[in-house]
Amino acid sequence: MNYEVIVELKPEVLDTQGRAIKEALNRLGHEGLKSVKVQRRFVLEIADGVKDPAALVNQLAAEHLANSVAETFTAKRL
Amino acid sequence: MTSSTQNAIGLVQFPGSNCDADCIEAFKRLFQIDLHLIWHEEHEIPAHIQGLILPGGFSYGDYLRSGALAAFSPIMQSVKKFAERGGAVLGICNGFQVLCESKLLPGTLLKNVQRKFVCEMTSLSVTSEGKSPWHKALAGKSYRVPIAHGEGNYYIDQAGLKKLQSQGQILFQYSDDKGQASATSNPNGTLLNIAGIVSENGRVMGMMPHPERASSELLGSDDGAAILKVFMDTALKA
Repeated sequence: MNYEVIVELKPEVLDTQGRAIKEALNRLGHEGLKSVKVQRRFVLEIADGVKDPAALVNQLAAEHLANSVAETFTAKRL
Repeated sequence: MTSSTQNAIGLVQFPGSNCDADCIEAFKRLFQIDLHLIWHEEHEIPAHIQGLILPGGFSYGDYLRSGALAAFSPIMQSVKKFAERGGAVLGICNGFQVLCESKLLPGTLLKNVQRKFVCEMTSLSVTSEGKSPWHKALAGKSYRVPIAHGEGNYYIDQAGLKKLQSQGQILFQYSDDKGQASATSNPNGTLLNIAGIVSENGRVMGMMPHPERASSELLGSDDGAAILKVFMDTALKA
């Protein structure tokens, strides 16, 4: 079964990539674009025999896929 | 240098490390020692090792986050135990990022605020509130040491920053000619101009600038030699 983990910077941390993309798109004339937030999406395939796959996904996301100093994550089954 | 210290400093090599050779050359020339090389897949740090260097580079291609995959490598589990026992560890550039990802140092290194890789000479001042061997040995002077990174923007939350300050863990700040950590001397958006910090016990130090690249006047500065010397002294005094 597959799970999706989305990692993004905390709101108080400046998203430099998002800002660069927004500014570049503004320069193309898309002045209505107010902000861009960049996320990273991971799809984890978990073997059938795993007892508590949701707990495993949460552990992997919390300990490894996201850095809790600057990032948050959400996880859900696909 | 006695035979017991001749091989007492180790250097961890990850796939993508690229400042390992610079460290090997600098330690040979400055201190007449051969660094003991340790591959990332190894599980044990030899018992005679008294200090460890994590060099600069792009470990594991910096995939996921800078230093993140290196933090999961077999050798880093042993490096953590080595540091917990009071071993001296020096992380330079990517090595600093690995130390943060491994939780051996607090905080993290974000992308430079100007979104550009920055490669230039910087001037480092030493904060006065710290009590670590690093602070004691290096205080009162400034050090010209180059940086070369895309992700050197040190970040920690406000509570973490206060703790760093109150415990005197901030070591180096990017400073101007007068030794002041000013907005104009901040090369990457890093909090409080932080360029390097130490652990609570003062024996783990991480810095974004490269002291090994400032270890000879032929390189434009030999100020980094003093920094490497403090690491040697800290490691061998244990």
